[in-house]
Amino acid sequence: MTEREKILARVREALKTPAPLPGSHGEIHLPASAKTISTARQWLPKVGESFDEQLALFAKNTAELKADFQLLNSADEARQALLRLRESENWKRAACHSGGLTDAICPPLNLPLLRTDKPYNVHELETCDVGISECDALVAQTGSVLVTNRSAGGRALSVLPPHHVVLARREQLVADLPAAFELLQQKYVANYPSMISFITGPSRTGDIERILVLGAHGPKKLTIFCL
Amino acid sequence: MTVTLFIPCFMDALFPRAGICMVEILERLGHKVVCPEEIVCCGQPPFNSGYWDEARAVAAKVLQQLQNAEVIVIGSGSCGAMLNNFYPELFKDTPQSELAKQISARTWEFSEFLVKKLGVTDLGATFPHKVTFHDGCHGLRELGVKKSPRELLGHVRGLQLVEMAEVETCCGFGGTFATKLPMISTAMGDLKCANAIETGADYIVSNDSSCLMHLQGLLSRQGSKLKTIHLAEVLNQQ
Amino acid sequence: MNFASQFLKDARVMAGDLQHRKIIRTALSHYEVARDQRKASFQSWESARQLAAEAKWDALNHLDKYLVEFTAKIEARGTKVHWASTAAQAREIILQIVRDKKAKSVIKSKAMTAEEIHLNDALEHAGLNVVENDLGEFIVQLRHEAPYHIVFPSMHLTRGEISELFQRELGSAPTNDPEELTMIARRALRKKFLTADIGITGANFAIAETGMISITENEGNARLTAALPKTMISLLGIEKILPKMGDLALFLPILATAGAGQPLTCYNTMYGGPRQPGESDGPEEWHVVLLDNHRTELLADAEQRDALHCIRCGACLNVCPIFKNIGGHTYGTTYGGPIGSVITPHLRGLQDWKHLSNASSLCGACTEACPVKINLHHHLLQNRRNAAAQQPTLKERIGFKSFVQLANHPKLWAFAKKFARLTQPLQKLVKGTRLDPGYHWTQTRDLPDVAPETFKDWWRKRK
Repeated sequence: MTEREKILARVREALKTPAPLPGSHGEIHLPASAKTISTARQWLPKVGESFDEQLALFAKNTAELKADFQLLNSADEARQALLRLRESENWKRAACHSGGLTDAICPPLNLPLLRTDKPYNVHELETCDVGISECDALVAQTGSVLVTNRSAGGRALSVLPPHHVVLARREQLVADLPAAFELLQQKYVANYPSMISFITGPSRTGDIERILVLGAHGPKKLTIFCL
Repeated sequence: MTVTLFIPCFMDALFPRAGICMVEILERLGHKVVCPEEIVCCGQPPFNSGYWDEARAVAAKVLQQLQNAEVIVIGSGSCGAMLNNFYPELFKDTPQSELAKQISARTWEFSEFLVKKLGVTDLGATFPHKVTFHDGCHGLRELGVKKSPRELLGHVRGLQLVEMAEVETCCGFGGTFATKLPMISTAMGDLKCANAIETGADYIVSNDSSCLMHLQGLLSRQGSKLKTIHLAEVLNQQ
Repeated sequence: MNFASQFLKDARVMAGDLQHRKIIRTALSHYEVARDQRKASFQSWESARQLAAEAKWDALNHLDKYLVEFTAKIEARGTKVHWASTAAQAREIILQIVRDKKAKSVIKSKAMTAEEIHLNDALEHAGLNVVENDLGEFIVQLRHEAPYHIVFPSMHLTRGEISELFQRELGSAPTNDPEELTMIARRALRKKFLTADIGITGANFAIAETGMISITENEGNARLTAALPKTMISLLGIEKILPKMGDLALFLPILATAGAGQPLTCYNTMYGGPRQPGESDGPEEWHVVLLDNHRTELLADAEQRDALHCIRCGACLNVCPIFKNIGGHTYGTTYGGPIGSVITPHLRGLQDWKHLSNASSLCGACTEACPVKINLHHHLLQNRRNAAAQQPTLKERIGFKSFVQLANHPKLWAFAKKFARLTQPLQKLVKGTRLDPGYHWTQTRDLPDVAPETFKDWWRKRK
């Protein structure tokens, strides 16, 4: 018998005795789950129905997270905003991936651009001051950016450089976490990217006297341009 | 109605005044009070230490004594929890299982009985002092007692109720815990006393005299002027 | 010295350590405010808890089905799944991978399961350089200490102590600034991230439906551990299973709220395989090690099965007045606080570890705090019952049998009260000394007087 068979046998043996369902005062029910995602919405923090309410909530949340959220009206505005950042942050090298938004907005930066959507040298990525990526969604409820390694230039681009800039479209704003998971299921079913990540603010730690410090290992700065 | 009053063992031996006040309050409200003399203890000490056979031996006698009671009132959150929540557990899969469930369903903690069963919140009491209320953990978390004592105290003339910080944090008595791990018990009690003293209250009031015994023990040792008193004694002050 | 005596010894010291108590209270006060705000922001925290409890009930009560589904899905995309019945097997599996890869350096993100099996010791014994990359874990590793708390490993340390530590171990300049201290650690760990041969992670959840694991963190160290090294190993207990990916919509905010007082932690990442065709980075090989280590025994205890629902949020530790008093190290075992007191007897032996279940006033704050509604304080009672049934102590047996006599014979009880009243003046003479039978009480507290007229006396007189 393999260890797998032994462990599964022990599990099956153990489960011959039923355990009461929590909060049921000792009664034993048949499975209740499978509805968690849609039921959860009623209990999680409330999110407004309209796009404007959701956008305002996203802006409020990102501000609390100390992420920089900028609502822009065109690719041109985004290019200019990116150039302003290049100046103020003194960027010398940048990394990004190829995509509808990145291809339109990154080149005018006029910086050496490392592409991470093809195999690359991680030591080169380490020398980059900023990683610029697209995303799958912006989540209003939590102020999160949803990325995958397919939509955001690999696993490291959005976490190794000290500044992460996200290029997003307004249509990518979703209300809440259940909606984000529904989006993932619709977009990627049967062929998920091997990494899916909810990024909620710049990297942080409280491990020293529970005092908040940004930029523990991941980016100290997170900028979100929403076109 | 005929109220069967369950007086905990430590109340009988150490704090009889609180029990007497309960009798007087219930009689003043027009009820007949019965106190089965054969009942000494609810069985919690052996139960908490894991000696459930011994706990059952004590609890079985309690069940027998209470089986014909119309309604049972207990003046302690921890004994109340024993009867309400743990007797059904203790007698699960035994011949007394049904009886335990029935008796449990008829058992009330004192303040809950007054407010929820009798609908009484004003007992015409006067107690012109500043007090702070301590929520005993068993009463609070096992029985959900929180509002009733405060509603009752709210109608006591001259009484000023101040809530202490960390009011829902355990005082450290915990039954056998108090003597098995006295250093932790004492540290927890010190914290609770400090919070109580900070309110500037003259009295700590509680529905559990076991907690009060622990706190009073610490306060006396510290030489503090803060006193402890059971809820029933306050409510009986005419 | 056995575990119980060591525990009492350490608890005695910690109970008097006011500086420690102050540090912990300050650390937790920030968390408490944030946690309460986050709970209030839910439309119904209580309903969310109930839903989470039901999802975990489904997961654990159909564990075989979900483990099979999880394994099939994750293996389909090239992940190698290993099954370990014991801690020793898990260590050997991981050591074998390390040997196969001829690895020299390992970076590790936070994994309490790895603590549980003492993985670092085994790797270091085999000549590997192992570096913890979660800041709190990195700090306690440098101090050769176990993590203090399952979520906040270095909660017990002041910035001064951390600065001294870094000066000593990293040669850094002294500083009192938490940001500077964090940057020192960031710089020290950077090279390790970039050059490590193997990255080892834990997992917060294992999703059966899609064959993924989910990792919750704030620093980004786990994301780097899963991105940079060529080989990745993830170790997780079999109880981490959740049925569906969508369950995370509930569990991620619940974990962050209860565990850290945050709406979500900074990075919540799902991994479904090693580097796939067309992907530009990530580990070439990914090994997932599923650990039993007595979890199936706990599963078989239907009364306590829900202890396996634990999502390791640490909320029960944070509200436990005993934990806040004696501190995490006093427990002397990987999992401390209420959950640790419940499960350690199952993981490491009931008789050796029953003392943790006794070190509780049964206040129930833990059960109230648990986001998946584990009946923690009742399980402590059950552990006490099981321990006494298995191996009653003579002293307690006799004591409680006498107690039964006393309780069931009112005349005996009446006599005992009179006896106590008569001998109380004698007791007062030796109050607080070793001669006092009530020493454990009177050492720090006064005893009330036995009433001259007890309630039963008064009642009888009335009639």
